[in-house]
Amino acid sequence: MEIKSKEKEKFESETVIPERPEVSLWKDAFRRMCKNKMAVVGAIIIIALLILAIFAPYIAPYHYAKGSLKDNYAKPGDKYLLGADFMGRDVLSRIIYGTRISLSVGIVGALTSFIIGILYGVISGYYGGKVDNIMMRFVDIMYGFPTLLLIILMMVLFKSTFAVTTPGTFAATLSAIDKAFGGLFFIFIGIGITAWIGMARIARGMALSLREKEFVEAARATGNSNFQIMMKHILPNLIGPCVVAVTLRIPRFITFEAFLSFIGLGVNPPTPSWGMMISEGYKAIRSYPHLALYPGIALAITMMAFNFLGDGLRDALDPRMK
Amino acid sequence: MINYIIRRVLWAIPVLLVISLVTFGLGHAIPGGPFDREKPLPAEIIANLESYYGLDDPSWKQYTDYLWNALHGDFGPSYSSRSRTVNDIISAHFPVSAQLGVLALFVAMVIGIPLGMIASLRQNTFIDYFCMFFALLGVSVPSMTLGPLLVWVFALKLNILPVARWGTWQQAILPAFTLGIGSAAILARLTRASMLQVIREDYIRTARSKGVSEKNVTVYHALKNALIPVVTIIGPLFATLVTGSLIVEQIFAIPGCGKYFITSITNRDYPVVLGIMLLYALLIIIANLIVDITYSWIDPRIRYS
Repeated sequence: MEIKSKEKEKFESETVIPERPEVSLWKDAFRRMCKNKMAVVGAIIIIALLILAIFAPYIAPYHYAKGSLKDNYAKPGDKYLLGADFMGRDVLSRIIYGTRISLSVGIVGALTSFIIGILYGVISGYYGGKVDNIMMRFVDIMYGFPTLLLIILMMVLFKSTFAVTTPGTFAATLSAIDKAFGGLFFIFIGIGITAWIGMARIARGMALSLREKEFVEAARATGNSNFQIMMKHILPNLIGPCVVAVTLRIPRFITFEAFLSFIGLGVNPPTPSWGMMISEGYKAIRSYPHLALYPGIALAITMMAFNFLGDGLRDALDPRMK
Repeated sequence: MINYIIRRVLWAIPVLLVISLVTFGLGHAIPGGPFDREKPLPAEIIANLESYYGLDDPSWKQYTDYLWNALHGDFGPSYSSRSRTVNDIISAHFPVSAQLGVLALFVAMVIGIPLGMIASLRQNTFIDYFCMFFALLGVSVPSMTLGPLLVWVFALKLNILPVARWGTWQQAILPAFTLGIGSAAILARLTRASMLQVIREDYIRTARSKGVSEKNVTVYHALKNALIPVVTIIGPLFATLVTGSLIVEQIFAIPGCGKYFITSITNRDYPVVLGIMLLYALLIIIANLIVDITYSWIDPRIRYS
């Protein structure tokens, strides 16, 4: 009799509990991120920058390379909202076109560090032992390089090796691609070669601890191959923190490009890179401070947006941090 | 522990070897020699110069010669400034970069640590939000924005500090701030996070229940423990500041290693490029080694095998 009433109670309590809708990690994270005002602001700024970059020819009032010399060093005013540079080119238009450069460098850096870094780290951490040892020794070596110096050296090599070449060769093709990108292609390569190292270390550390977990053992017991375990069980569990780490690294890639262009090893003029605009403007900062300050502000806003978003994502994906 | 340190130190040798090999290879792969001029030198003179510097030897011999001399503390001659060796150049320019790095680190610690502490003690108040917003701003504003901005405000508008160059203490203020603010922000966030974690520990509650004054709890019980992670990143932070100072050196025309590195690359002065690269790599390796060791020394729970 007692058992029956207990069962009845259990049955009732089960039916009474309102069913909670199933929420995936990403949906939940998205919901929590929307509550974080900073993250939303960051995301909105990034979307706005993307729109500026994609539709630059329609938004910019002037062409980025064509200026009228009689307007050189024009002060900010009605004709040129943010003034004009030493060649009479509209600063606002050049900043708008410049979002293309900074965002594409950020995206390429993020993608390479994401794809190569995570794959490298997961393989190294999952297999462990000898494989891990060899793979991590290579990362150690790359980690010892002063990154900025290495990128500068590579840029000089790329720029001068592929500068004078006979048409039809591989080098000439690369050089043509680089010209088409306004000098960005080699920056992509230089940043890509160095960007994945930190990511690989993070992913490896997490894979190393994940592979000891019960669910991996269970997956192995049910006959999954190593590849399947890595793809289905390890990868999804470390992708969240890796997304956060990558977002927070994007500002670094953007500054690398800006600095390379600042010292004249980046994009080819007249491609409007913010770094190059700052360097050109800085020469005239005494009389025309707006030339260096406006692109600098654009650079800072972009970096801030990615930091806002990255911080918000971290809080959203890892509620324990709050 | 001793074994671990010895192994790590020994491992630095092959890392440096590979870095030197890669740098040497990259340098030699760049077309154009150090003696190319607008007006070409006669072939005989170039041949003479090349045989004087050993540049007519096969590449592998040049590399092994370089290594042999480097092991004896001689990093070779500079091609572009004939009267100076790489050793002279590094001992003249590295102290400048190191000074800049130390000053920036000082700025970072003096601003960052108190900011993080105040924020953590007033968690979720306006003061906390303000400090953390400032920290986020500091992380996000690159030297390329901050440098020209500070120059414009303090050197040109207010006219109280010099625009550029290096030597007097006034000239050091703007570069040190430009370089240090980003790290100050990093330290502030780290200190805050670490303090918040420590404040919730049981021993803090014990101290409070014993009747220790709030000030003493904060300073002697909480801050002392909260600073552990902060102290450990100061080494790598210094390495990052020194190796990353070339942006600031470029903006403020400071004759440091980074600025010289860029000049040397344009001049195809490989021994200088190689020397600075190796010096900075060594700095990074040592900094990382120190972190790992201090971690296990401060926190005995971490064991290395």
